Amino acid sequence: MAETVETAGTRPATVVSGPMPSTVKVGLARAVVETKMFFREKDAVVFTFAFPIVLLVLFGSIFAGELEGTGVTVSQLYTAGLIGAGVMGAGFQNLGIGIATERQDGTLKRLAGTPMPPSAYFFGKVLIVLIIALLEVLILLAIGVTMYDLDLPSEASKWVTFVWVFVLGVSGSALLGIAASSLPRSAKSAAAVISMPFVVLQFISGVFIPFTAMPTWLTNIASVFPLKWMCQGFRSVFLGDGGAALEAAKSYELDRVALVLGAWLIGGAVLCLTTFRWKSRRDG
Amino acid sequence: MTHAIQVRGLTKRYSGVEAVAGIDLEIEHGAVFAILGPNGAGKSTTVEILEGYRKRDSGEVSVLGADPGRPTRQWRSRIGIVLQTNQDAPELTVREIMRLYATYYPASRDPDEVIEMVGLTESAGKRVRQLSGGQRRRVDVALGVVGRPELLFLDEPTTGFDPESRRRFWDLISGLAHDGTTIVLTTHYLEEAETLADRVAVIAQGKIVAAGDPATLGGRATAKARVSWAGGSIETDTPTKTVLELSGRFDGEIPELAVVRPSLEDIYLRLIEPS
Repeated sequence: MAETVETAGTRPATVVSGPMPSTVKVGLARAVVETKMFFREKDAVVFTFAFPIVLLVLFGSIFAGELEGTGVTVSQLYTAGLIGAGVMGAGFQNLGIGIATERQDGTLKRLAGTPMPPSAYFFGKVLIVLIIALLEVLILLAIGVTMYDLDLPSEASKWVTFVWVFVLGVSGSALLGIAASSLPRSAKSAAAVISMPFVVLQFISGVFIPFTAMPTWLTNIASVFPLKWMCQGFRSVFLGDGGAALEAAKSYELDRVALVLGAWLIGGAVLCLTTFRWKSRRDG
Repeated sequence: MTHAIQVRGLTKRYSGVEAVAGIDLEIEHGAVFAILGPNGAGKSTTVEILEGYRKRDSGEVSVLGADPGRPTRQWRSRIGIVLQTNQDAPELTVREIMRLYATYYPASRDPDEVIEMVGLTESAGKRVRQLSGGQRRRVDVALGVVGRPELLFLDEPTTGFDPESRRRFWDLISGLAHDGTTIVLTTHYLEEAETLADRVAVIAQGKIVAAGDPATLGGRATAKARVSWAGGSIETDTPTKTVLELSGRFDGEIPELAVVRPSLEDIYLRLIEPS
């Protein structure tokens, strides 16, 4: 059979071999499909979006009123904090659970058998997280502005701060989520394994409870993780200078925000590159 | 001419257990090669090493002229893999997932053409979640061939198929083989190996216990035939003689006459018996 095939010259692919498709092209194609998949998985959409929105409405309604001598209302504080939590959820929680599921259902193993560049996969993931996080922030801001008198800053410098906190925060959270996806033993346990530390982190990072009400050792733990710094960055944008008095350091410490978020970005990337597995544990 | 796949002295251990204990294989370009063997015999491990999924412990392996232990994108683009089970991308339509996978390859087939090739044109707009098991398997094969592979691995492709779907699937694979694609197939269905494969290898306890043409494997063509009739049966090297004698005894028609050579399954079961 081989001989006849050789002489007939019908063996495919040896004759046609174009250049390999570029990582950017494949990554964009993946981002488009990832977006479709995300919005068709109703459970994941609810899980990712509804959580911070429901909490904002809930907390905003329960704790009304102004924080003494600052001109900042409690609901404004929550809006800023939940934007931070929402951004982190879109990256860390969404990818941590989503990729654990893809590892179990065979998506990753199948992809590993194709010439798709691994970086295109991560690129697609980061793009979809940026889209989700942006939508999430827009919704939370809309709620904050219409229901809780949140003032959008007018100075360009605040928006510059917003953009870098957002981009650093989203990318860092996304990379952390990719790295954390290797922790759950199965897709079933993923939601618990990933959500538990995230919920704890939200409580100790000043999303729900102001730092001034917390023991120092807890705030010290929170200071290691990116969420506290993201929330601090977002408060500097939306609460204005009056709110700085509420911070533990009596300042928004934007230089440290940049430092810690930047460090997590690099650390997250290193974690991803060194620990990412394309196969599930049962596949060895 | 080098072979599509060349393996010499392949071994692989998992925590002390020798899963693959010295395998030699040669698979020609354009051949359909079936690997048979019981579960846990080292079949999947061998194939996964060839596919570039697993590292080997020792041995020389060449797949399309390259070492699968160090897979490159170029090499991957020449290979198609159909894994055993996948439940991925339930929310994408058949056409969407085909188009996505087509972007990974430098010279991919037209997604709609591939969909037609596997007979899913009418379901192209359906979500993968809504497909039947057999249709999902066709999607798997379609994804395996969209990159126009020279070499296609099929891991137990028809497990759970009804007989009719299995036959249609065989036609599809035969068509690919006819176009010159080299096919490496693992299966539990001996009939499948016999229908599709030019050559088969039987793996048991990490070793190849027999290899060759399915029609002559394990001395099948020259094995004794069993002649049976109402009232008796006999194993013999000369079945024609036996039938003539019987015909004389019954004076014409022999009631319930059957002459059977051992099936590939009989030979296979004998081969994999632990010695």
